[in-house]
Amino acid sequence: MTSSYLHAPGFIAGDRPKIVTSRFEYADSYKIDRFIATGGYQGLRSALSRPAQTVHDDVKSATVLGRGGAGFPAGVKWGLTPQEVWPRYLVVNGDESEPGTYKDRLLMERDPHQLIEGCLIACYAAGLSQCFLYIRGEMAVAQERVAEALNEAYEAGYVGKNILGTNFSVDIVLHWGAGAYVVGEETALIESLEGNRGMPRLKPPFFPAANGLYGQPTIVNNVETLANLPWLMTNGVDAYTAIGTKTSPGTRMVAVSGHVVRPGVYEIVNGTTTFRDLIYGEEFCGGIRNGHALKAFVPGGGSAPWFTSDQLDLPFEGSQVGAAGSMLGSGAIMVMDETTDIPAAALTLTRFYAHESCGKCTPCREGGTWLERILSRVVDGKGTDADLAQLIEVGESICPGDFPHASNEALGLTAVPFPYKMTTICFVGPSAYVPVHSALTLFRSEFDARITKRTMIKVTAVGVSS
Amino acid sequence: MSRLTDAHVALANEIIGRYPRPKSALVPLLHLAQEQDGYITRDAMVHIGELVGVTSAEVYGTATFYEMFKFEPVGKYVVNICGTMSCALMGSEELMHHAEQRLGIKAGGTTPDGMFTLEHAECQAACTEAPCLQVNYRYRYRLTPADLDELIDDLSAERLTHEIPPHGTVAKVRQHIPSHRGVGVVAPELVTESPAWLNGKAAL
Repeated sequence: MTSSYLHAPGFIAGDRPKIVTSRFEYADSYKIDRFIATGGYQGLRSALSRPAQTVHDDVKSATVLGRGGAGFPAGVKWGLTPQEVWPRYLVVNGDESEPGTYKDRLLMERDPHQLIEGCLIACYAAGLSQCFLYIRGEMAVAQERVAEALNEAYEAGYVGKNILGTNFSVDIVLHWGAGAYVVGEETALIESLEGNRGMPRLKPPFFPAANGLYGQPTIVNNVETLANLPWLMTNGVDAYTAIGTKTSPGTRMVAVSGHVVRPGVYEIVNGTTTFRDLIYGEEFCGGIRNGHALKAFVPGGGSAPWFTSDQLDLPFEGSQVGAAGSMLGSGAIMVMDETTDIPAAALTLTRFYAHESCGKCTPCREGGTWLERILSRVVDGKGTDADLAQLIEVGESICPGDFPHASNEALGLTAVPFPYKMTTICFVGPSAYVPVHSALTLFRSEFDARITKRTMIKVTAVGVSS
Repeated sequence: MSRLTDAHVALANEIIGRYPRPKSALVPLLHLAQEQDGYITRDAMVHIGELVGVTSAEVYGTATFYEMFKFEPVGKYVVNICGTMSCALMGSEELMHHAEQRLGIKAGGTTPDGMFTLEHAECQAACTEAPCLQVNYRYRYRLTPADLDELIDDLSAERLTHEIPPHGTVAKVRQHIPSHRGVGVVAPELVTESPAWLNGKAAL
């Protein structure tokens, strides 16, 4: 049986390697005294005792994958900055808001110093001279904990001028948002940080590593990604890669929510833990609530195409999940049992993305709204078969061509691998279509059951007959 | 009172001073205005524009993009009930119906006494603790309709003021960079050299 820590709501510990959650068991885990007493800032010391380039090399050879959604290796990302262009900035993405995702907030509330230490290691390794730590606007407690931790760390000499008496100097500025999901997209985050409406920029030319904040090379890293660095520096590359698999080393924070016995946030071994382990395992969620059967699950946050029981044995590994038609995204699994009204469930996600469209790209701005309205009509029992065709047509205007989905033996479907093609700058538009497409592909009969079939009306010389 | 107070102007200048470009401070300063007045007034937007050196139209343009900023008075307590998938699967719709009946308003409305504004919110990153809500951005987890009644009773009787500040205040703790410890900012165009520690040697 696992224990859960009352002061880390939702977090469920277990007898597994802990890289980023090792302090969650302490009620005062967010205070600098506890942090230092439990090995805090040792990773920074270890990093500073070596040339910056070797620290960067370690992050690269440890294959620390980005934990924000795209899964791009952090060490490689740091290397994409153009030579001899200064200054370079670090922007920390703490704008966690992907439906189903709950882990960065825990890391900021429960171990803010670990994040600060990770930021310092990244700045040292990649030559980044100022850090902006962007926390989602709605996260009041996370903002307080990080502010308090920064104040402590500045006073203690871990942040700011001549850190630990060295020539390494960097300011970490706490910045906070004001409510906009799209700002989690890295170029939108930069726009927001510049004081603008948080709308994504075109890539190219605005790849942040080359042309980011104030037009300068900018590294945007997720909170969990950076939180891995202190442990990596303290324990070394071999210890890090000994956990998980070659392509997905280390651990991952995963939130499992919905119709399971024990919903929670778990730090799992990357690459080997399967969805079956997570949903049914006794040390994890312990199965579906009330003895019900599994109907479907979203494997990687609201933007991820849905899986069913056919995919339960897939491990938490990016390329395998991609080939199976979905993505791992931001470590968020949402479980639906057999009692779930599938069209209504899909609507909750489509409504989210339609609502969060920034309005820059027409297919998303108009298409998302259309998808929401049409689906809403269908859910209300006022839809027609033409509406179902229209949903697909609108979806194809956002994502032309084959759209990824899972295989399904009962339905005779083979998987279409991730990703999709898109007519929008960022993933908000396609994400509005994802739940519609998954639900229609895997549960078509539930839509058919609540729509009205329209028959052609024949116009005759003497009048109208059906 | 709509322009920022002297104390807030001092705080605003401290915040502006952390960014290489003053406009970056816009969103934090808008929060400051909302903390002062409970919502963003026109005068505050004009004043913020003066402080960061942009037009009030630009301030308005930025402000209106973000969900948290309100342009007319709202309740002392803004109750945001999450309705995205994980919460919906666990009964958030019933919770919202109950809240509407209990408060006698629809989502989006404010009670006549100015105590409560009820809003339908999107995912709040507490998905394992569904259904959840925030009151002025402070969480409440796994709520039943009875829990919601109790919460509203407590808020009405001002029993939670130690934890939940009036609408407008988000974080109660602010960052302060001590002048003797801060590196300070340099406009990016004035930086031509690589950082000192990138000299091929260990810093420590």
